[in-house]
Amino acid sequence: MPPHAFRPPRRDWRGWQFTGPFAAVFVFVFIAPLAYALWLSLFQNRLVGGNAFVGLENYQTALTDPQLWDGFLRVLVFLLVQVPVMLVLALIAALAIDSARLYATGLFRLVIFLPYAVPAVVAVLMWGFIYGDHFGLAADVNELLGTDLRPFAPSWVLASLGNIVTWEYVGYNMLIFYSALKTIPYELYEAAEIDGARGLQVVKAIKLPAVRGAVVIATIFSIIGSFQLFNEPNVLKPLANNVINSYFTPNMYAYNLSFAGQQYNYSATIAIVMGVITAVIAYVVQLRGTRREDR
Amino acid sequence: MSTAHRTIHPRARRPRHSITRPRKSLALTVLMGLFLAYALVPLAWLFINASKTQADLFSGFGLAFGDSFALWDNIARTFTYDDGIFLRWLGNTLLYVVAGAGGATLLATLAGYGLAKYAFPGRKAYFAVILGAIAVPGTALAVPTFLLFSELELTNTPWAIIVPSLISPFGLYLIWVYTLESVPKELLEAARIDGAGEMRIFCTISAKLLAPGIVTVALFAVVATWNNYFLPLIMLSDPNWYPLTVGLNQWSEQASGVAAEPIFNLVLTGSLITIVPIVAVFILLQRFWQSGLSAGSVKG
Repeated sequence: MPPHAFRPPRRDWRGWQFTGPFAAVFVFVFIAPLAYALWLSLFQNRLVGGNAFVGLENYQTALTDPQLWDGFLRVLVFLLVQVPVMLVLALIAALAIDSARLYATGLFRLVIFLPYAVPAVVAVLMWGFIYGDHFGLAADVNELLGTDLRPFAPSWVLASLGNIVTWEYVGYNMLIFYSALKTIPYELYEAAEIDGARGLQVVKAIKLPAVRGAVVIATIFSIIGSFQLFNEPNVLKPLANNVINSYFTPNMYAYNLSFAGQQYNYSATIAIVMGVITAVIAYVVQLRGTRREDR
Repeated sequence: MSTAHRTIHPRARRPRHSITRPRKSLALTVLMGLFLAYALVPLAWLFINASKTQADLFSGFGLAFGDSFALWDNIARTFTYDDGIFLRWLGNTLLYVVAGAGGATLLATLAGYGLAKYAFPGRKAYFAVILGAIAVPGTALAVPTFLLFSELELTNTPWAIIVPSLISPFGLYLIWVYTLESVPKELLEAARIDGAGEMRIFCTISAKLLAPGIVTVALFAVVATWNNYFLPLIMLSDPNWYPLTVGLNQWSEQASGVAAEPIFNLVLTGSLITIVPIVAVFILLQRFWQSGLSAGSVKG
C-alpha cells in the first residue's frame, strides 16, 4: 500500500470561498453589536464623573424596574392568548386546504397568505383607521347596530393589537403547516384507508403527528415575535391617543430609553435581558416539543 | 420540484373518492370563506377608501364607495405632495430592496451551498452559530447596532439600512436544505474531473439546480426589506433617506397630531401604492414560494 494512504486527508478549505462573505458580514452586524451591547451594559453615564464602570448594577436596576416588568407582563399575556389563537386558526386553515375538499383550493391558499406581504406599518395604519372613530368601520358599525365597539379603549387595545398580528401572520403559519402536511407519504393514507380510518380519525392519527415539528417551530417563532413586539404598538400609538405609553412593550421601552432618554447603557441592558429571556423560553419550548416527539 | 414524487401518483391507482381524493364539500368551502373575508376585508377597505376624497372619507359607510371616484387624483397628489417626497421614498425603498435583498440572497445562497457541499474546517461551529442566531431576537440587536453604526458614522446613510439587511440566517438554512436535496454529489465530481473550478461549477451547474430555492429566499428577503420599519426608524433621521414605511408613518402622525394638516387620503393612497408591488410579486411568483417552502419543511 502506498504510504500516502495513511496520511490524514488534506484539510479542505475550499468551502470558505462560499461561506466567507456571509461570515464576514455576520460578524459585523451580529456578533459585534452583541458584544458591544454586553460591554455597554456594564457602564453608566453619570452627570458627575462621566462614563463609569458599574459591573452588574444596570442588571440589578432592570430586575426591579416596574416599567420593564409592566411591559413584560403585557407581552406575556399577549402571547399566551394571541399565539394559541393564531396557530389554531392557521392549523384549521391548513387542514382544510390539505383535505382537498375545498373548491378553489389554490385561491384559499394564496389569499389567506396575502396579508403576510403587507408591511406591518401599512397593516397597522389600515386596521388603525378601521378601528378609529374618525371614519372607521368600528364607528360605522356602532352607528348601524347601536353597539359600543371601542377598539382603542384601554381594556380592548391589547385585543385590537392581537387581531392585527393574527391577521398579518395567520397565513404564513398556515403555509408552514400546509407544507408539513404535504410531506406525508401517500402510502400512509392508503394504509389508513385499508384500516377503515375516516375523516377526523385520519387527522388525529396521521396529520396532527406529522405537523408537530412544524407547530413547535411556529410556536418558537411566534414567541420570539411576541417578545419583540414593537412595530404594531408603535405605529398604533398616535392613533390610539394616550392608551399606548412609552413602555407598553419591553422593546418600546428600550427604544424610548435610547432615542428619547439617551440612556444607551440601560437600554442595551434591557435588550440583553429580553434577549436572554426569549432565548431561554424558545429553548424550553423546543425541548418540550421534541421530547414529546420521542415518546 | 424535488418533492413532486411524494405527492403525485398515478391517478389510476386511486378510487373515485378516498381520503386523498374526497368529495368536494360546499359547507367547508363556505366556512373557509370566512377566512377569505377576514384576509380581504381590510384590503378592500383600503382600496375603497383610497379612492375617496377627504370629505367623502368622513361621511358615508366605510365599505362603500364615495360620491366621487378620486383614486387617480389621490395618486397624483400623493406623488406631488411636499415636492414629491413620496417618489423619493419609493426610490429609497427600491434601492434598499435591490441592494439589501439582492445581497442577502447572494450571501445566503453561497454560504448555504458551501455548508452543504464542503467539509471545511470550522463547519460545525459555523452552522451552530448561525442556527443560534435565528433564536436571537433581532430587535435585541437593533439599539447596539445603531450605537455601533453611529460610532462609525454610518447612520443616516443608505449603508445603515443595506448592510444589516444582508444577513438572512433563515435564507441560509433554506438553501442548505435545498442543496442537500437537489444537487447530486456525482454531478459535482464529474465536473471536477473535467477540470472545472469550484466557483465555475457553482455558477454553471449548481445555481441552476438551486433556482427555485434561490427565488424563494429572494422573495422573502424582498418582503423583509420592503417592509422593514424598525431598522430605518432608528438609523435615519433625514426624511430624504426614509423608505416608504417610515415615511408613511410620519404622514400618519402628521395627520392625527395636534396642529394637524389632515392628509388622511394621502396616507391611505400611499399605503395602497406601497402594497401593490409586493403583492403583485407574490402572486406572480407563487409557484416558487409555495414549492420552495415545502422543500424547507422536509427537514424542518
